[in-house]
Amino acid sequence: MKQILASRELLLLTAIGLLLMLIAWRFPGFVVPSNLVVVFNDTSPLILLAIGQMIVILTRCIDLSIAANLALTGMVVSLVNIAVPSLPIIVIVLIAIGSGTVLGMLNGILVWKLAIPPIVVTLGTLTIFRGIIFLLTEGKWVNSHEMSDAFKAVPRTDIFGLPVLSWIAIAAVILFSVIMTRTTLGRAFYAAGGNPHAATYAGINVGRTQFWAFTISGAIAGLTGYLWVSRFAVAYVDVAGGFELTVVAACVIGGVSIMGGIGTVQGALLGALFLGIIANALPVVNISPFWQMAISGGAIIIAVVLNAQANRTPGRIILKRAEHAT
Amino acid sequence: MKRRTFTSVVAGLSLAASMLGSTAMAQENMRIALVVKALGIGFFEAAAEGAEEAAGELGNVEIIYTGPTDTTAEGQIEVINSLIAQGVDAIAISANDPDAVVPALKKAMERGITVISWDSGVAQEGRQMHLNPSSTPLIGNTIIKLAADHMPDGGDVAILSATATATNQNAWIEAAKAVIPDYAGVNLAATVYGDDLSDKSYREAQGLMSTYPDLKAIIAPTTVGILAACQAVTDAGKIGEINVTGLGLPSEMAGCVDSGATKSFAIWNPIDLGYSATMLAAAIANGAEAAPGAEIPMGRMGAVTLDDTNTAAMADPFTYDSSNIDQFKSIF
Repeated sequence: MKQILASRELLLLTAIGLLLMLIAWRFPGFVVPSNLVVVFNDTSPLILLAIGQMIVILTRCIDLSIAANLALTGMVVSLVNIAVPSLPIIVIVLIAIGSGTVLGMLNGILVWKLAIPPIVVTLGTLTIFRGIIFLLTEGKWVNSHEMSDAFKAVPRTDIFGLPVLSWIAIAAVILFSVIMTRTTLGRAFYAAGGNPHAATYAGINVGRTQFWAFTISGAIAGLTGYLWVSRFAVAYVDVAGGFELTVVAACVIGGVSIMGGIGTVQGALLGALFLGIIANALPVVNISPFWQMAISGGAIIIAVVLNAQANRTPGRIILKRAEHAT
Repeated sequence: MKRRTFTSVVAGLSLAASMLGSTAMAQENMRIALVVKALGIGFFEAAAEGAEEAAGELGNVEIIYTGPTDTTAEGQIEVINSLIAQGVDAIAISANDPDAVVPALKKAMERGITVISWDSGVAQEGRQMHLNPSSTPLIGNTIIKLAADHMPDGGDVAILSATATATNQNAWIEAAKAVIPDYAGVNLAATVYGDDLSDKSYREAQGLMSTYPDLKAIIAPTTVGILAACQAVTDAGKIGEINVTGLGLPSEMAGCVDSGATKSFAIWNPIDLGYSATMLAAAIANGAEAAPGAEIPMGRMGAVTLDDTNTAAMADPFTYDSSNIDQFKSIF
């Protein structure tokens, strides 16, 4: 089992390598380290969200409200920043995580206590969250000159050659790698999605595990919400519109099984990087915008087909001796 | 047999009565739907303000400000169908796609609803007239001039547009390309599309900067694009090297003008545009004929004359820079 997992991630890593070589052939400037830093930084929000989404998908759920949560939290912190420009950034970050957590918990409660299918719950909250932004602002934008300088500075502050945004993504990858492999909760996510019945018999409350998955996904989306609006220095209703599908795509490409129970943080990271590299490369290789969408879509399908091939468990041979005899 | 005839007569009468009733109600209050590309975009919010102003002047007009939540033709078709079901008197639409909305709008016109397009047009068979915010050649010239004014030695410029299928964007870009030979030394290096998404537009702007190291100006004739490009240029530390210009809203562009990333930009007044579209829709719904050569009044904005394709232009775009931005940023 471990070998299959390793090989799938290796496959994706090879695909990313080939992709980079292909781009370098058309546009050598893309693979210089300084540009790769830019690409990684640009992909960081996707990496963060993909980790949250992966945890939710592991428990056989899906969080379609993840981008709407990001947009709502981003708007909330922007409005807080306008109201109290002198508020320390650490408080802003805590508000962002707190707001995201509450929104995620709302999803979690509905899925856990009311046992509504997650796709329906999050489809509903997606619309509700975007609607709330509209109610908060009446459709007005928050623009860069209304945000305080400190508010905008955080994601782009350089530490050891990498912007803070990138460091947060790296920290999240490490933190969640440990949580998913070394803690009871992390293992419970796999158990609840891999085999809910067995998990119940093993004493795991499947509903509560799903609730925590949504909570974590919400907290990450909230934090990303702040980073997103401060990075692009603008907040409006449609921020990250449709981004939830990119996040799900990153997970699927990263080998996270939509059926639950299978997936790793590293897979989500690689899936996000794969899409991030394509998104950043298409503008510089000078391809018609009509082809860009087709290429992104094609890449997703190819990656999923490859994953499905790798996932296909070979039939178990019960009688080895009989097999060899024939 | 007799009885059946009688019932059908009664049914017919009551139907006629109810229709009379609904027309009578419509006369009391004309309902004009302002259908925009997507809700929550500052430009259209300002247009809605203008529409309300026109409604206030006209007195008996009620404005229904509506649109999809994302910039898709499918979303607008749903909105149009629901407006037909509500039996509005006029629809004034800024279309996400010139052709996709035509069948729905034709259906509306068959039901006696006045249909005009404004800002981003609809194919001729799908509307009675189209109001351009300005004339396409004038806008095309303005956006190139904005860039050329600040690059005396000439150089490379690039256009960052919205979606590759946006009617108005493509018309402006064509017009811009046509006037480039008039500006010595200005060379259009590329045209890219940011789909009116901040993240994609930002990435496209970054792509432009790395592909064309000598780029002098990014021209974005879209509010999302110009802001994203301004942010990308600021983050790359290229303020002063690359001038971000194009079409934007003063309230959104104030930061970019202050930082120097944008030296000047232009826009027509969206309040005037919403006002004029509403005035025209009301005039046509009240019986004004929309035919080539016809002159239709639009309140304080004067009057427009329709050309061969039933299209008219409202006014010239207006240039904003550090000298007047503070005055306008609180208006729209």
